[in-house]
Amino acid sequence: MNSIRFRKPLLFLALTGPLDYLVLRIWCYSEGDPTALGADPGKEIMLFLGKWTLLMLLATLSVTPLQDLLKVKLVPFRRMIGLFAFFYASLHLFAYVAFLLAFDFSELWAGVMKRPYITVGFLALLGMIPLAVTSTRGMQRKLGRNWKRLHRSIYLIAILAIIHFIWQTRSDFTEPLMYSAALALLMSLRVIKSRRNRSVRTAPERV
Amino acid sequence: MKKHWGLSESDVTDKSIYLNRRQLLQGVAAGALAGLARGVTAGESATETPAGGIARTDNPGPYTGNAPHWLQQKIKNTSPGKFNTAEAKTPFEHISRYNNFYEFGAAKGDPFENAQNFDTNPWNLKISGEAELTGSFQLEDILKPHDLEERIYRLRCVEAWSMVVPWIGFPLADLIKRFKPTSKAKYVKFTTLYDPAQMPGQASRFLAIDYPYVEVLRMDEAMNELSFLSLGLYGEVLPPQNGAPLRLVVPWKYGFKSIKSIVSIEFTSVRSRTTWEKSNPREYGFYANVNPEVDHPRWSQASERRLPNSLFSPNRIDTLMFNGYTEQVAGLYQGMNLRRNF
Repeated sequence: MNSIRFRKPLLFLALTGPLDYLVLRIWCYSEGDPTALGADPGKEIMLFLGKWTLLMLLATLSVTPLQDLLKVKLVPFRRMIGLFAFFYASLHLFAYVAFLLAFDFSELWAGVMKRPYITVGFLALLGMIPLAVTSTRGMQRKLGRNWKRLHRSIYLIAILAIIHFIWQTRSDFTEPLMYSAALALLMSLRVIKSRRNRSVRTAPERV
Repeated sequence: MKKHWGLSESDVTDKSIYLNRRQLLQGVAAGALAGLARGVTAGESATETPAGGIARTDNPGPYTGNAPHWLQQKIKNTSPGKFNTAEAKTPFEHISRYNNFYEFGAAKGDPFENAQNFDTNPWNLKISGEAELTGSFQLEDILKPHDLEERIYRLRCVEAWSMVVPWIGFPLADLIKRFKPTSKAKYVKFTTLYDPAQMPGQASRFLAIDYPYVEVLRMDEAMNELSFLSLGLYGEVLPPQNGAPLRLVVPWKYGFKSIKSIVSIEFTSVRSRTTWEKSNPREYGFYANVNPEVDHPRWSQASERRLPNSLFSPNRIDTLMFNGYTEQVAGLYQGMNLRRNF
């Protein structure tokens, strides 16, 4: 338990890493280095945050399989990773609204209604809100079995997030395919495990 | 200091200061946060990119690269051309570091990172098809009779951003006339170099693009006074990431029509399909004329972000029909339904 308490701040620091790096680049940009964020700095920031949202989503989904594989207790760290995924996703949307739309919310709404890739991205972020809200221990206790059901929607959210990415790809699908493959692997591990659990549970009845 | 390429206020920071910061950034990129703890790679040279080995052009001035002497001489003798604009030119460091040249990678910074050692000398250009004169020619021989001029054109990308670029080159029509296309020549087909060993983007396995890159103009479009073959940028030879040594510039069309690093020009009687038409015919048409009224299926084309922009303003401006070149090109499309022929 103690080691978990000791490691959590370290994990927290690690998960802020991408943001620290981004802040450093924004600082260089503000100091006049035109290459720190490129010709379209707002879009660069938005893309960077979007990519890290995807990576953090995949990281939360990797926690249980990694725990099974390494036989180390990792689930206590999952909430923080999930909350960071939500945090990066929120910043990603903020960057879009602030830097690309200059806070023109009617434009945001038009995008959500008219552009499927924005629609799915927006839905993915909305879907993360109830998960973030119910991430506390109290809510977990209160919701009981439903908590697990609710939080399984993270798979759907990850699928939407990857579709959001694929629909913006124009030429080279290597990167979105890597994310898709990772998600497919994580989901199939999940299915295999739940099947095995079910057969273990039902086994005595057959006797 | 810097003379003729009109840098904006964003450049007033002394170069040595931001180079130090860039060094700091690279330290972080290389060693993640560990780099910070180690005191940020203080002794490392700023001339090394994270990719390794490639000299970074510390001088954000125009590229000189490995261009042959005769080409540099030719570019020195450039005269001002007839097309100009009062709009602010996009600084060189943005034109040369924010590129869609997927042969060198799909991210905007990839071409700059991956194209620095691109070998453009010697360079052959093949002229073929429905013309009296055909064959394979060295670039120097192709260019000999042409005097170069500078033209400042708007460049509107299909992704809804735009720049203002001072190109150096000569009218495409002048080149076409020399090879005497026959009456059967209805289209001009351009092809980019195919060389996966030099172009990592062509070596990727999960491509939605069929290389080599092909673009086609109707003969009357190719003969239009705006159609331009470019060899230089900001008073120097084209950097490889901008399509060295020879590229097309058709400013009333979306940027992807302006094919880069051309190795072949073919006069054809039938219209070949272009790379983007093949890749996604619903999204990219043959004409690809800039048109604020016809949206891309995934985004609006009514406005564009003029680059460089800033975090405080996306610098969004209205997109003009034919990118503001209606006077020169509207006649080409009279009576055509531009919504259908997008």
